[in-house]
Amino acid sequence: MTENSAGPGVPEDGRGTPLVSLRGVNKHFGALHVLQDIDLDIAQGEVVVLIGPSGSGKSTLCRTINRLETIDSGTIEVDGRPLPAEGRELARLRAQVGMVFQSFNLFAHKTVLQNVVLAQVKVGRVPKAEAEKTARELLERVGVGAQADKFPAQLSGGQQQRVAIARALAMNPKVMLFDEPTSALDPEMVNEVLEVMRSLAARGMTMVVVTHEMGFARSAANRVLFMADGRIVEQNTPEAFFTAPRSDRAKDFLSKILHH
Amino acid sequence: MGILFEKDNFSLFVRGFVGTIELSALSALFALLLGIMLAAFRVSPVPVLRAFGTAWVTVFRNTPLTLLFFVVTFMLPRLDVHISSFTAAVAALSVYTGSFVCEVLRAGINTVPLGQAEAARSLGMGFGQTLGLVVLPQAGRAVIAPLGSVFIALPRNSAVAGAFNVFELFSVQKTWSEDSYPIFASFFWLALAYLAIGFSISSVLSLLERRMAVAR
Repeated sequence: MTENSAGPGVPEDGRGTPLVSLRGVNKHFGALHVLQDIDLDIAQGEVVVLIGPSGSGKSTLCRTINRLETIDSGTIEVDGRPLPAEGRELARLRAQVGMVFQSFNLFAHKTVLQNVVLAQVKVGRVPKAEAEKTARELLERVGVGAQADKFPAQLSGGQQQRVAIARALAMNPKVMLFDEPTSALDPEMVNEVLEVMRSLAARGMTMVVVTHEMGFARSAANRVLFMADGRIVEQNTPEAFFTAPRSDRAKDFLSKILHH
Repeated sequence: MGILFEKDNFSLFVRGFVGTIELSALSALFALLLGIMLAAFRVSPVPVLRAFGTAWVTVFRNTPLTLLFFVVTFMLPRLDVHISSFTAAVAALSVYTGSFVCEVLRAGINTVPLGQAEAARSLGMGFGQTLGLVVLPQAGRAVIAPLGSVFIALPRNSAVAGAFNVFELFSVQKTWSEDSYPIFASFFWLALAYLAIGFSISSVLSLLERRMAVAR
């Protein structure tokens, strides 16, 4: 993992080009206009948390950044280069954009270790011994080193998700996308995953996180984006957003999820 | 029942048996390769390949096998393509069986959760790697049983080749009929031979099925 000397940056400081940049992004699912004129810059080392009601387009937005979802119009740039069309170029870019899914999606026919080794060897052309060493280090780091030789189905949800994070990290990504990483977990396992994500953020990883974990947003995010009906309605520092939301949609949303 | 041990009937029977096995094994191999390729075409992101795969399956799965044998035996020479009867039979059987293998594989691919392919793609794997390293190995277990049906049907379908100048089990029956042996006895031995082949295939496949279990 490379140390980010600049520290978590905010985009407004104008230092260098943003790592991820979306301009005028639109997407439809049939009649549903799921992303509407999205503009977004994410700086190197920044942790951006996307929150909002379900169906607001936050997962879709997250998935457009590595083109798991195509867009109808607009541009998306990662590290200054526009997302390539389907093909070898896109595959190369995807290797640099880590993704963690709600349902883990570990390869069910491979052991935990093989899950972390596979893409390193087949995509990154890393020698097998070296890939295994990296894999064991990463598994150790996310606290599942002892499970290396088990199959995913033998692990708890929290363990599986931590393996999935290790698998994505093994490709040495420039940015990590988290699509509701704790939503499929039993409550007692949420924290072990969030802890791993917090430590990643602390090491300067650039992260886009779609989540319903407001505690994580408060403690780890540099910026909170609030989405509703396919638009970014409001964005601010977590402190400002949670204590004094400006828009009615955000106020309404927060009143429903905080203070039970 | 004793006809098998009269004159040189036994060696004739063995020759037919080996003929059927050779024909079936080669056709099975090519049908499997062809089926994998066609299934990959049918799930590929390239429209031309998808259309090709769909057209192949539509044409060859819906055409009587005997008609395909007529085509390779009588039409190819007219197009100045001269191949042996055995090669022609392998071609007809592979082309026909391959379309069935394709559809079985495609059904198996559809049993693998979409997230598996998405995870593979998000790690930078291309289409071929996603299919070959992640999706097909997991489709394996689901396809073993239906694939077994296809490959058990193959040796029985291969009997058509006996009518097109290839020596196999059906040719043995023809010879014995011409020699006026009782028809029940000759069919008894033939049925036993086909049963043995079919049973061997299904045993191998059920062994594979147990080996390829993937826990979810």
